[in-house]
Amino acid sequence: MIPTPNLDHISSRDYEHVYEPAEDTFLFLDALEKDAEFLRNEIKPCICLEIGSGTGCISTFLGKILGDGTALLICTDINPYASAITIRTGYNNSIQLESINTNLVNGLLPRLYHSIDILCFNPPYVVTTSDDLYSSRSIIEKAWAGGIDGREVIDKMLPLVDGLLSDKGVFYLLLINENKPNEVREIMKNNYHLQSEILLSRLAGREKQMILKFWRDTLLKK
Amino acid sequence: MRLVAHNMLQCHVKGCNSNNFPLQLSNVEIEIQETDFNPMFLRNILPKLEWNALVKTALQINITTLPNVLPDTSTDDLDDEFLKMLHRVLLETHIQQGKMICPNCNHVYAIKDGIPNMLLNENET
Repeated sequence: MIPTPNLDHISSRDYEHVYEPAEDTFLFLDALEKDAEFLRNEIKPCICLEIGSGTGCISTFLGKILGDGTALLICTDINPYASAITIRTGYNNSIQLESINTNLVNGLLPRLYHSIDILCFNPPYVVTTSDDLYSSRSIIEKAWAGGIDGREVIDKMLPLVDGLLSDKGVFYLLLINENKPNEVREIMKNNYHLQSEILLSRLAGREKQMILKFWRDTLLKK
Repeated sequence: MRLVAHNMLQCHVKGCNSNNFPLQLSNVEIEIQETDFNPMFLRNILPKLEWNALVKTALQINITTLPNVLPDTSTDDLDDEFLKMLHRVLLETHIQQGKMICPNCNHVYAIKDGIPNMLLNENET
């Protein structure tokens, strides 16, 4: 069992500026741990990318699964506080992370075309109005406000996945029922020939959260 | 930001699609942070690097140890001496502060406390 990354360096004041790990984060960690053997022995990643790293908890955990220094772990976040805390979380847990302050993957494509072996995205998935999304009063609202169906940011990311994933690449995505996960799976299959499964799901209060896993249909899955 | 990450960044200002890589380093503060040597990772990442860009960038910060031409990675005879030198340049050389300038459109991206800021204003995207 891999311990949850130590987050003692993050103060309650920090959490006014960055999304505090919650049930969704921990579901993500559990899904990665469930796939740990697969990631280590079959994917054997060289470059990993997390979109919207927040505290950096997920990429730090991935680094623990893979072993520090065995893969390049790139983290992006639109929130500069998050980018700064991401680095500190890695450092405090002896995992080297590359933190980039950017929107989704701006500045990384086309350079990293078909280069990402493990792609992780815990998106802003909460159903809100579009206005909430674009007139976000605080930077932290961007971490969870997802607009209509909670899908507005997710739908910006989906068309980028195919370009990012390497031949053996896998994409982990957290969704809730309101995000219409079956529709997302259909889009990825029909438009980009990406296969998928629900790797793990859990009820958090009234919220049904799940981790979807996507891979190329050319990749033979164990 | 280590040089390995710098090697993956390019300008993304709207309409700036050519000669926008590598971003030129300017006024940088460099810090060396030692880390474990992992020859396997270096061998894996080597084919994913833009070698010419790495050499060019290294020269901008007075690192002259990289050969102009990448040794043949298809053969396995990359010696430890080469890999250790690469380890130092790629994984232990951190750019803590400074600027990255697009060679095409001259857009300036800041690096602060080791984090590159690739965000653009709305009218630039």
